[in-house]
Amino acid sequence: MNDMTQTNLERALKIVGSRPARPDGVDKVTGRALFGADKSLPNMLVGRVLRSPYAHAKIISIDTSKAEELKGVKAIVTSTDFEDFPSEFVPNGEMVVNMKDITRNVMAREKALYVGHTVAAVAATSEDIAEQALALIDVTYEVLPHVLEVEDAEKPGAPLLHDDMITIGIEPAPESASNVAKRVEFGFGDVEKGFSEADLIIEREFTTQQVHQGYIEPHACLASVSEDGQAELWCTTQGPFVVRNFCSKLLGFNAAQIRVTASEIGGGFGGKTVVYLEPLALALSRKSCRPVKMEMNRAEVFTSSGPTSGAKIWVKIGVKNNGQITAGDCVLKYQAGAFQGAPVGPGAMCAFAPYDLKNVRAVGYDIVVNRPKVAAYRAPGGPISEYGVESVIDEIAIKIGMDPIDLRLKNAAKEGTIAPYGPKLGPIGMIETLEAAKSHPHYSAPLGPNQARGVASGFWFNIGGETSSSITINEDGTVGLTLGTPDIGGSRASMAMMASEELGVPMELIKPIIGDTNSLGFNFLTGGSRATFSTGTTVVESTREAIEELKKRAALLWEVSLDQVEWFEGHARLISGDEPKTMSLAQIAKQAGKTGGPIMANCSMNVTGAGPSLGTHIVDVEVDEETGQVSIIRYTAIQDAGKAIHPAYVEGQMQGGAVQGIGWALNEEYIYNEKGELENTGFLDYRIPVCSDVPMIDTVIVEVPNPNHPYGVRGVGETPIIPPLAAISNAVSRATNKRFDELPLSPPKVLAKLMHG
Amino acid sequence: MNYVVPKTALEASKALVQEGAFALAGGTDLLVKLKTKFVSPSMVVDIKQVPKIMGIEATADGWWIGAATPCAEIVEHESFCKDWPGVVEALSLIGSTQIQGRATLGGNLCNASPAADSVPALISARGTCIISGQSREREEPIEKIVTSPGVTALEKGEFILGFKLPKPQSGTGDAYLRLIPRSEMDIAVVGAGTTVSVDKNKKITSIRVCLGAIAPTQIVLDGLEDIFIGKEPDENSINKLVSIAEAACKPIKDKRGTIEYRTKIAGVLSKRTLTIAYERATNH
Ligand SMILES: Cc1cc2nc3c(=O)[nH]c(=O)nc-3n(C[C@H](O)[C@H](O)[C@H](O)COP(=O)(O)OP(=O)(O)OC[C@H]3O[C@@H](n4cnc5c(N)ncnc54)[C@H](O)[C@@H]3O)c2cc1C
Repeated sequence: MNDMTQTNLERALKIVGSRPARPDGVDKVTGRALFGADKSLPNMLVGRVLRSPYAHAKIISIDTSKAEELKGVKAIVTSTDFEDFPSEFVPNGEMVVNMKDITRNVMAREKALYVGHTVAAVAATSEDIAEQALALIDVTYEVLPHVLEVEDAEKPGAPLLHDDMITIGIEPAPESASNVAKRVEFGFGDVEKGFSEADLIIEREFTTQQVHQGYIEPHACLASVSEDGQAELWCTTQGPFVVRNFCSKLLGFNAAQIRVTASEIGGGFGGKTVVYLEPLALALSRKSCRPVKMEMNRAEVFTSSGPTSGAKIWVKIGVKNNGQITAGDCVLKYQAGAFQGAPVGPGAMCAFAPYDLKNVRAVGYDIVVNRPKVAAYRAPGGPISEYGVESVIDEIAIKIGMDPIDLRLKNAAKEGTIAPYGPKLGPIGMIETLEAAKSHPHYSAPLGPNQARGVASGFWFNIGGETSSSITINEDGTVGLTLGTPDIGGSRASMAMMASEELGVPMELIKPIIGDTNSLGFNFLTGGSRATFSTGTTVVESTREAIEELKKRAALLWEVSLDQVEWFEGHARLISGDEPKTMSLAQIAKQAGKTGGPIMANCSMNVTGAGPSLGTHIVDVEVDEETGQVSIIRYTAIQDAGKAIHPAYVEGQMQGGAVQGIGWALNEEYIYNEKGELENTGFLDYRIPVCSDVPMIDTVIVEVPNPNHPYGVRGVGETPIIPPLAAISNAVSRATNKRFDELPLSPPKVLAKLMHG
Repeated sequence: MNYVVPKTALEASKALVQEGAFALAGGTDLLVKLKTKFVSPSMVVDIKQVPKIMGIEATADGWWIGAATPCAEIVEHESFCKDWPGVVEALSLIGSTQIQGRATLGGNLCNASPAADSVPALISARGTCIISGQSREREEPIEKIVTSPGVTALEKGEFILGFKLPKPQSGTGDAYLRLIPRSEMDIAVVGAGTTVSVDKNKKITSIRVCLGAIAPTQIVLDGLEDIFIGKEPDENSINKLVSIAEAACKPIKDKRGTIEYRTKIAGVLSKRTLTIAYERATNH
C-alpha cells in the first residue's frame, strides 16, 4: 500500500481535489430519488407497530384474537414469532451488539423496557385497518417502577432492568445484578503522581442530555417474502449487508435467502446502523405471503429508534503554571438505554486523545435505563467525554492566563505520541489545525458587547473494515462502479473521482451505484467515517486491476508484450516503436469481445490503517443576560481531512457536524415526565437548529495525508460534531464569567445559572 | 367528512351550526390537528368565499382586516404597516414565509392558543372583531374571545368576519416581541404586545400591555395608568411595570419553560416592548 501512495502523491492530480457536481444530485433536487418509503409493490400490505405505553412493565399476556378477526388484517406478529438467542456479542461499527438484546429490542419479550418499545406488529390492507387492529390487541402489563437517570440507576435498590446483569470489568465480579453493564478503563502512567506535580488542578462534573441524530427521513422499509422463503428487502440504511445479517439471524433465514437493497438515505448519522422495522416487515410478509411496507412516524423515530446517551461525567486535569499538563483523569457514566451498549468505550478512549500526556486515566460505565436503546451517533461517545475535557482545558487557560490555543499547542498529540487508548499515533494534524485556527482572521477579529469567543478541539479514530467493490468497463468506453457502502455524504462522487483520476477518463463517463447484497462481497456499513477511506481504497485497487487488463488487451491487439504498454490519460500507449501509438479506453472496450470478453475487476479486503482526524473549532457567541438566549455570531471549523477528494463534500461534513453539535449544545434534549414518557416527540419541541439559528459555517481543510490510503484520505464525517459542545460552552462561560457545566445551554438553563449561580 | 364552501355569511353560519363542523381559513392549525387526529370534524366549512372576509382596507375610522386574509397580504400593505408596526411584527413572526401565505388572524385567534402571536398585539392596539352569526352580527373586543386554551366565546354558528383597528392618533406607537428558544419556527414562551400614545411633551397619554403564553388566556396588565399617564417612562416606572408583569403570570411549567423562566421573561419583554413602542410613539 505504501508504494501505491507514493506514485499518487508524486503525480499532479487532475480530478481529485476538484469540485464536480455529484452524480446523484439531479435526482435529489428534482424529487426523483427513491428513499425508504418511496417503493411500492402490487398487493402490498401496510404494517403498523403496537408500542408499550409504559417505561417498565412485565408483559403478562398478549391476546391478538380480536385483532385477527378484523377484516383486512393479514398477519400479526409478537415475540413468539421470533427465535430467542443466548447472550452473544458481535461488533457493529464502532459499537458492539448482543443478539439476545437485539431480538428483545426489535420485539419485547418478558418485559417492555421503555415507552415506545415494540410489543406487536400488524399487517393489514390499509393503514386505517392496521391502526384499528392495534387497538384490538389486548396486552396485560404489570407496571414496574422505572429509572431514567444514570445516578438513580446505579444506586443499590434501583429498579433492575435485567435481573441477570452482572457488571463486566470489575474484579472480583459483583455478586448481585445491577444496572451497570460494564466498567472500562484506559490510560497509563500514575495520575496521582501527576496531580502531585501540578501547580493547578481543576476538577468538575458535567451533565449532557440524551439527543437524537435528527435525520429527516424516518425509518422505512418494504419486505417481500415469497412462498419458497426468498426474501427481498428495500430499506433506508447505512449498511444493507449488516441489515441482511441481523435479519437473517433474527428470522432464521440464511444469508442467500435475503437480498437487501439500500434506498437513498435521508440522513442516518449512525442511527440507521441497526434494525427496527425490517425484521418486523419480513416476519409479517413471511406470515401473510404479501409484500409489507412499514414506516415510522416522527414520534416513533424519537421514542423507538436509537438516540445517543445522556451522561454524567467527571473530569480532573492538573497543569504546571507553564501550561504543561501533568495528569488527566475522568469518569464517564453513559446511559445505554434499555439494553447495554452505550458508546462509553470510545468515549473513554478519545477523551484525552488530542493530547500527549504522561499520566492519564479514563474510566467509563455503561448503565442501562428505561429509555430507548442508544445507537451510534456521529463519533459515538466522543462529543460527550471531549466536551468535559475541553471545558476544563478552557478553564485552565483562563486561570493560568494562557491563550487556549497555546495551551493546546503546548500539549498537542503528534506523530509518535502514545494515545491514551494504547497505540502509537502515526502522522496526525492536531498541531496543524491549532496553528490554522490561531492564524485564522476569525481568531483575532474584534468582539461586540456581550460577546465572547470559545475554542475546542476534537479527536476521532475513524475505521476501515470489510469492504468489496467492483468496476466494469462498458462496451462503449463508459465505466460502472458498484459500491457496497451507502452514500450518505457524497461518497459516490468521491469514488467516481478516484476512478476517473486513475483511469484518465472524465468523471461523467463513470456511473457509481450502490449495489445490493447479492452484487458484492460483504461490506461493513457506512459508519466510522470509513466510506471514502475503505471503499475508496478498493475502488483504486480494482481500477488499477482493470487498467492492467486494458493494457493486456491493447498488447494483444498490437501484438506486443505487456511490458511494451503503459497507461496514460485514458489511453494505452506503446512505449517503444517507430511511431507513437495510442489506443483509447473506448477503442479497447469496443473490441473486448475479440480479446477475451468483458473487462471487469473487483477488490475485496479488510481495509486497515484508518487515520484519526483532528479538528479545532472557533465560535463567537452573544449572550442576552436578561433572557439567557445564546446566539451564534460566527463559526469556523478547521479539520485535518488527510486529503479532501471532493473538498465541497468535506466542507459539507464539517458544516453539518458543526450544526448538529450546535443543536446538541444549545437546545436539543429528550424531556421525560415522571411516568417516563417522552414529552417532546416532534421537531417543534425537540429543537434541532433551523437555518436562521446558525451563521454560515466557515471551514478550513487541513491536509496531513494518511499514509495508508492511496490519496491520503482520513475519514471526516464524525470529528466535526465533537468540538462544538465545548467551544460553545466555553464561549458562553467567557461571555458571562460563569463556568457552565451542563448541556443544553437553553435559555431557561442559562438564565437560571446567571440568576442563581 | 364533508367539505362545503359557502358563498354568504348566512350560509356559513348555517353550516357551522351543525355538530362537528369546523371553520377552515388558512388551515395551518386545523390541517395539522386533522392529521394528528387531534380533531375529527364531520364537516369542514371553508369560509374564504364569504364576502368581506378576505382583504385589508382603510375605513373612515381606521382599518378593516378580513378574518381570512393571509398574513402575507397584511405584511405587504404599506400604509397599514406604518400605522401598526407592532401588529405587523407579531403576525410576521407566525411560522415562516410559507405558513404566512395561508395563516390568518381569524385562525390565530380562534385556535385559542395562549401563545398565539398576533393576539397580544391586536389586543394592545385595542382591536375589535366583527362576529357573524345566524341571526345577528356583533362586535366584541378581541380580549373577550378566548376563554381558555382551545375554547372561544363564539356561539354555535358564529364565526369571525373581520377585525377593526382604530386609526392610531398621532403620537402612537406599538411593538410586539416574543421569546422563543430558536430564531424561528417555534412557539412563544412569552409574547408581549404594547401600545402607547404620547402628547407633544412626550408624556404618556395612554398605555396598554398585553402578554401571551403566561396564563390560560392573554392577559392585559392592570394598573399601568397610575404609573405612566402624564409622565415619561423612567427606571422607577419601568421597574414597576416589570413587577406588575411578573405578578400577572400564572404560567404552567412544561417542556417549553419553567414557571420562574416565563415569569422573568414576561417582565423583560414588557420592558423591552414599552421601550420600542415609546420610541415609535415619540417619532410618530
Ligand atoms: C409550521 C407552523 C408554524 C407556526 N408558527 C406559529 C407562530 O410562530 N405563531 C403563531 O401564533 N402560530 C403559529 N402557527 C399556528 C398557525 O399558523 C396560526 O395560528 C395561524 O394564524 C392560524 O390561521 P389559519 O387561518 O391557518 O387557521 P385554521 O387552521 O384555518 O383555523 C384554526 C382554528 O380556528 C378556527 N377558525 C379559523 N378561522 C376562523 C374564523 N374566521 N372564525 C371562527 N373560527 C375560525 C378553525 O375552525 C380552527 O379551529 C404555526 C403553524 C405551523 C403549521
